[in-house]
Amino acid sequence: MSATAESHEHAHAHHHEKESFVSKYIFSQDHKMISKQFLVTAVFMGIIAMMLSIFFRLQLAWPGESFEILNFFLGDKWAPDGVLDRNMYLSLVTLHGTIMVFFVLTGGLSGTFSNLLIPLQIGARDMASGMLNMLSYWFFFVSSVIMVASLFVETGAAGGGWTIYPPLSALPQAMPSSGLGMTLWLISMAIFIASSLLGSLNYIVTILNLRTKGMKMTRLPLTIWAFFITAILGVLSFPVLFAAVLLLIMDRSMGTSFYLSDIYIGSEALDPVGGSPILYEHLFWFLGHPEVYIVLLPALGITSEIIATNARKPIFGYRAMIGSILAIGFLSFIVWGHHMFLSGMNPFLGSVFVFTTLLIAIPSAVKAFNYITTIWKGNVIFTPGMLFSIGLVSTFVTGGLTGIILADSALDITIHDTYFVVAHFHIVMGLSAIFGMFAGVYHWFPKMFGRMMNTKLGYAHFWLTIIGGYGVFFPMHFVGMAGAPRRYYQYTDYAMFDGVADLNVLITGFAIMAAAAQGIFLFNFFYSAFKGQRAVQNPWKSNTLEWTTPVEHIHGNWEGALPEVHRWPYDYSKDGWDEDFVPQTVPLRSDEEEH
Amino acid sequence: MAGEATKAIDKSVLWGGGRSPFSVSYGKMMMWFFLVSDALTFSGLLVAYGYARHSYTGQWPIGEEVFHSLPFLHGNYPLIYVALMTFILIISSVTMVLAVEAGHRMDKKGVTKWLAWTIVGGFFFLGSQAWEWSHFIHGSAGYIVTESNEKLWLVEEIPHGMTAADVEGFALTPEYKKSDESQFIKGSEALSLYASRLDHVQGANMQINEYGPPSYANFFFFITGFHGFHVFSGVIINIIVFLGVIKGTYHKRGHYEMVEKTGLYWHFVDLVWVFVFTFFYLV
Repeated sequence: MSATAESHEHAHAHHHEKESFVSKYIFSQDHKMISKQFLVTAVFMGIIAMMLSIFFRLQLAWPGESFEILNFFLGDKWAPDGVLDRNMYLSLVTLHGTIMVFFVLTGGLSGTFSNLLIPLQIGARDMASGMLNMLSYWFFFVSSVIMVASLFVETGAAGGGWTIYPPLSALPQAMPSSGLGMTLWLISMAIFIASSLLGSLNYIVTILNLRTKGMKMTRLPLTIWAFFITAILGVLSFPVLFAAVLLLIMDRSMGTSFYLSDIYIGSEALDPVGGSPILYEHLFWFLGHPEVYIVLLPALGITSEIIATNARKPIFGYRAMIGSILAIGFLSFIVWGHHMFLSGMNPFLGSVFVFTTLLIAIPSAVKAFNYITTIWKGNVIFTPGMLFSIGLVSTFVTGGLTGIILADSALDITIHDTYFVVAHFHIVMGLSAIFGMFAGVYHWFPKMFGRMMNTKLGYAHFWLTIIGGYGVFFPMHFVGMAGAPRRYYQYTDYAMFDGVADLNVLITGFAIMAAAAQGIFLFNFFYSAFKGQRAVQNPWKSNTLEWTTPVEHIHGNWEGALPEVHRWPYDYSKDGWDEDFVPQTVPLRSDEEEH
Repeated sequence: MAGEATKAIDKSVLWGGGRSPFSVSYGKMMMWFFLVSDALTFSGLLVAYGYARHSYTGQWPIGEEVFHSLPFLHGNYPLIYVALMTFILIISSVTMVLAVEAGHRMDKKGVTKWLAWTIVGGFFFLGSQAWEWSHFIHGSAGYIVTESNEKLWLVEEIPHGMTAADVEGFALTPEYKKSDESQFIKGSEALSLYASRLDHVQGANMQINEYGPPSYANFFFFITGFHGFHVFSGVIINIIVFLGVIKGTYHKRGHYEMVEKTGLYWHFVDLVWVFVFTFFYLV
């Protein structure tokens, strides 16, 4: 027997009885509720990670100065007299990166929107396995709790950077934060990988197996294509991180030496011989680079959908967009070496990685130009979601250009591990992905909560965020070109960096502004969820299937039969129709051509 | 029915929505993707092993020389025992196929029988691996560390309850398992070196081993252990499914797809062993 759509329909027919609070809000197996759980968790994790960044930005702008707020949040141990402790600085940087990359932009972004949109946009009653979906969220929740809890252990949270290179991560005695904090980091990450695997398996199988009648692969919204490839990247790359983490745990706890060799602490030689920290770097970046696209692709998918809807035009180059998603997904697995140009890599191998890395510019440019041509001569409606989508296109281009510089091993030698790199990936991956996430929240808020978010507050949020974002990360390029390395506690220790002191103050100023702007979003989010204006069935006059479901959530998504699909999702402003949109469920007219 | 090829349907229907394009249930497809993911974990580990081996400049241990014993027997039987356990594991895959096939025919008795044999095969493999590990840990002749911090391997093991002087033709050799007698250190010189030794290392642990570099033992323990853990969980899953078969759960359900899914996992674990076996024993 095959569990196709019909059998699911059958399963849901007798599923309408009243649910308890626990099964509805906590251990829910409904994809819409799980999506909201992911979103709210990610919002809280985002707040924490953002606060951490403000703490260390204060130190970078005004080194050694006393701040009441640091003492208030970090206590006498980590901020005696309000001055940030050196070890805590490293922990803050590490956890900021870890939480943002994995918990907000991987778990939060994919977890929220893949869960919400996959069943709704392909016309399925729910995910293939509600049970695994629920487990995926709860694994994510537990790993989030452990990661945050690691901030509160006596020796401090992990401090070796989010990439946790050995030996700082492999030797518990290397520095205070290499102890229990690091162990908790590894435990949290192992659980996170399990969560990601369960989620990804579900997304892939649901998209393949549960598309409604008529939903060919070439009629899928680009959001679904992006989530699909993202899930595949996750299934292929996270297991390698898992292998790396397992070996690291062995080195820490079992006395092996996979990554360690000839280590001296003080003047004393340690036991491990024969291992190689470079091995860890290879294993880590084999995940690490696809991870960039695991973060970015869902945001690009969301943007594709929102830009087409709000430009009232079909997305330009639908098949080219699919092709570029596939190309980016493939290329992301053969470029990891560009993170390791300075690890003693054979220059010939380095130039191979330069070549493959530069190739990524092609599909990325295809996407950027397709967005611009979609907006070109469109009847653009500037909703907050649309603004954030356009903002994404902007940051994607800005950050992408510095990517070409960094991809070149000859240039990378001088700016490797400086603030130039920090600026690059924060713009292209951080800002772009978070803009995609904001765009998605504004756009699908009516679908999630049945209410609209306030548009004016949305505008304020957008403008302050994009100005703040560029204000923070654009000057960082210059800090990097001046040679300032990442992760230093105090640049005033080195006279050569005196010139960037003023820039650091400016950056921190913008950071505080951007962080404050998120307060607007938070207020808008929680206020609108309860008190916002009620949403209509199809507020953005969109073609995709999710807007054919009732505003109030029901189990199984559609009353009665599943909708049937007759056209692609981008029939906006099509000739011969009165309305400027034609939903996917409307049959083709006898004389009408499909796109 | 799941698993049967749908030859007659054309592609636009298969991929047109409203059905599974591969005509498989979601559970089976998930198992396939899970296996792909797990395969990447093992690939990561084996590639790491290859990396360590190729970046090592000295002599890397050779499988035939390290694994050459049979339980209860003395003598040199290179790779015989591991060949036997590999054979048993592969046979257990065959019995698994027969169980799945019996499931297609709704033959409850057949499924019970073949699944039981599969479980027996799994236990045999696990037991064999435990023996293999214990032999690896205890080692044989070992090497001594001389006063000048040199490593010299014993040509022959000193039998239990005897001393070096009791061994006829006691000799030391500068390389593990070196059979070139012209390089042997023999007689009283060997005995005095042995008597003044700083350490006598036998077998392997995480830091030190008689076979070669510590990385070798590290990877051996970790990768075969990780694989063994997979076999162990496979046996547990097989037992759970076996109990379900006896209870008649799947018979009442009208299909034995659960046996098929665990079968996929079992075949995967066997297939991975072939690679682990190749990496550690053959090349």
